[in-house]
Amino acid sequence: MSSPILSLRGVNKSFGPVHVLKDVNFDIAAGKVTALVGDNGAGKSTLIKCIAGIYTPETGDFHFEGNKVDINGPRDATALGIEIVYQDLALCDNLDIVHNMFLGREQKRGPVLNETSMEALARKTLDGLSVRTVKSIRQTVSSLSGGQRQTVAIARAVLWNSKIVILVLNLVRRLADNGLAVVLISHNLNDVFEVADNIAALYLGNMAAQVDKNEVIPRQVIELITTGKSAGVQAPVANKGAK
Amino acid sequence: MSVVIEHEDATIKSAMSDYWARVKAGDIGSLPAVLGLIALCTVFGSMSSVFLTPGNFANLLTQAAAVIVIAMGLVFVLLLGEIDLSAGFTAGVTGAVLVILITNHDVPWYAALLASIIVGVFLGFGLGTLVARLGIPSFVVTLAAFLAFQGILLLLAGEGGTIRVEDKTILAVENSNLSPLYSWIFFIVASVVYVLMGLNSIYARRKAGLKSELIKLWILKTAGLLGITGVAVFALNLERSNNPDLVSLKGIPYVVPVILLLLVVGTFVLGRTAFGRHIYAVGGNAEAARRAGINVKRVRITAFMICSGLAAIAGMIFASRQNSISPTTGGSSTLLYAVGAAVIGGTSLFGGKGKMRDAILGGLVVAVIDNGMGLLGYAAGIKFIVTGLVLLISAGVDAISRRGSAVS
Repeated sequence: MSSPILSLRGVNKSFGPVHVLKDVNFDIAAGKVTALVGDNGAGKSTLIKCIAGIYTPETGDFHFEGNKVDINGPRDATALGIEIVYQDLALCDNLDIVHNMFLGREQKRGPVLNETSMEALARKTLDGLSVRTVKSIRQTVSSLSGGQRQTVAIARAVLWNSKIVILVLNLVRRLADNGLAVVLISHNLNDVFEVADNIAALYLGNMAAQVDKNEVIPRQVIELITTGKSAGVQAPVANKGAK
Repeated sequence: MSVVIEHEDATIKSAMSDYWARVKAGDIGSLPAVLGLIALCTVFGSMSSVFLTPGNFANLLTQAAAVIVIAMGLVFVLLLGEIDLSAGFTAGVTGAVLVILITNHDVPWYAALLASIIVGVFLGFGLGTLVARLGIPSFVVTLAAFLAFQGILLLLAGEGGTIRVEDKTILAVENSNLSPLYSWIFFIVASVVYVLMGLNSIYARRKAGLKSELIKLWILKTAGLLGITGVAVFALNLERSNNPDLVSLKGIPYVVPVILLLLVVGTFVLGRTAFGRHIYAVGGNAEAARRAGINVKRVRITAFMICSGLAAIAGMIFASRQNSISPTTGGSSTLLYAVGAAVIGGTSLFGGKGKMRDAILGGLVVAVIDNGMGLLGYAAGIKFIVTGLVLLISAGVDAISRRGSAVS
């Protein structure tokens, strides 16, 4: 891995008698998608919340762009450019879309909130995510559908010039549903089949196949990954994705 | 500019249907309080010849004032989903501090008022710290404080004692009025400021290329509000003394500008500052607020401090109205009326929803029931039952509307 933008060394975190994170090392590189996988209870959320500054680990060093940093709270994390879209989205239902996107980082003119500039910026960001279905960005989040709520949570993360964006897998799907091209790099075929539309398999530098997800089964993809070919899957050029 | 300017093809009709959609989705705001107020005034006005007289109207305002101010403070705490059951006796204790300083120690009224507010804020700091730092439920903390503050008030007032206050300024708040001329000047200045601020916000949104409120609707709403308040000022400026030759009674009671000032400042804090936004956020989803980097504990403590600080102003109003402080000041039904006022006005007991003006609208509803039924000669017992029912209905509307918004 090229020099990581964020590097964790020897992170320990316990909740009472439960030792959740045990000397964890973790590196995140710029310009790469880093997947954090693990079974339920493996400590994924705990590790992410340590990065977010929500939990403070007992021990552990954080290096950001090569410099040692302390993350003692969510503000420290956001100041570094770390944005997290939580699985529960962490939205305030009683506030409107603009309020949620700027929550904790409101733009002000003197002591007064600058609603107009926040609204204009929020509108621009949402337009960039091609959100056309929201009637008014001044409606409360409680009136939004589940998908719209996910979009607001993502928009909140990309609103800032963030350097690291952490999101759960089903939100990757949501980004794509909003019309963005998303490339997911993974060898976990369960995840791939869960969120991808189109699967491209590289084999020793050759594109073994790029196929529609619905045209293949996981075993065929494993064959493509390990041998470069699979019975029933045609060569790349002929593949048009028609069922 | 890259921002798309949306065409203002909205009409009054579409604005109305938008509003109705919000109401159906559970965002009813102060609508029940306004409708209730109109209904109550119609009923009492038709049944009692005294109810709709200027004298009774002025009486109603001064009766409601202390409860309204306590309710204003409670809005901050209720917005967090917490409660302060001790606010009534906080008003009593701080009122006692005020009166003792003025009467027994010859402190000027402004210094005494400042001191009593500081005592209130300090009490609120204690309550807030216990709730936010130790995590004791606010219901229990403030129930304990309800008893303890009652005890402090008893000790301050002395055995069976009342402490009189004779300071002219303090007494004037509930017992004197602006002269009719100053009443009109006050109305005109307040109206001009209100209109200019409304126009400024519409202009700023237009300039930034954002969809602004329909100008026709804004004119309609503003004209309606100014019309109603104008009629109120006119009514208050009529002579309401039984014996005008002896003593003339006309003009806006001084307590009204006091409450309006609190309304303006409170609305500004809740609606226009980051702190206010954070109060709503903590009340809506405390965990989300925490993850957004908001210091949730500090927000909670500050809200309790504001609540108790406003209770101190209510204590001053009590002292002015009763000409004294007694061991029952702020007791009996005061706190429940104040909570009722906030909830009837549209502030949610579940947190995250409410405005400063709710306290005024709800406080007026409570005062109108109290006053109207008193005029009709109903027993105090009936008044309590009716007020209790109204509170229950409001809380029910709140709970149902909350369920409605959760489903959609």
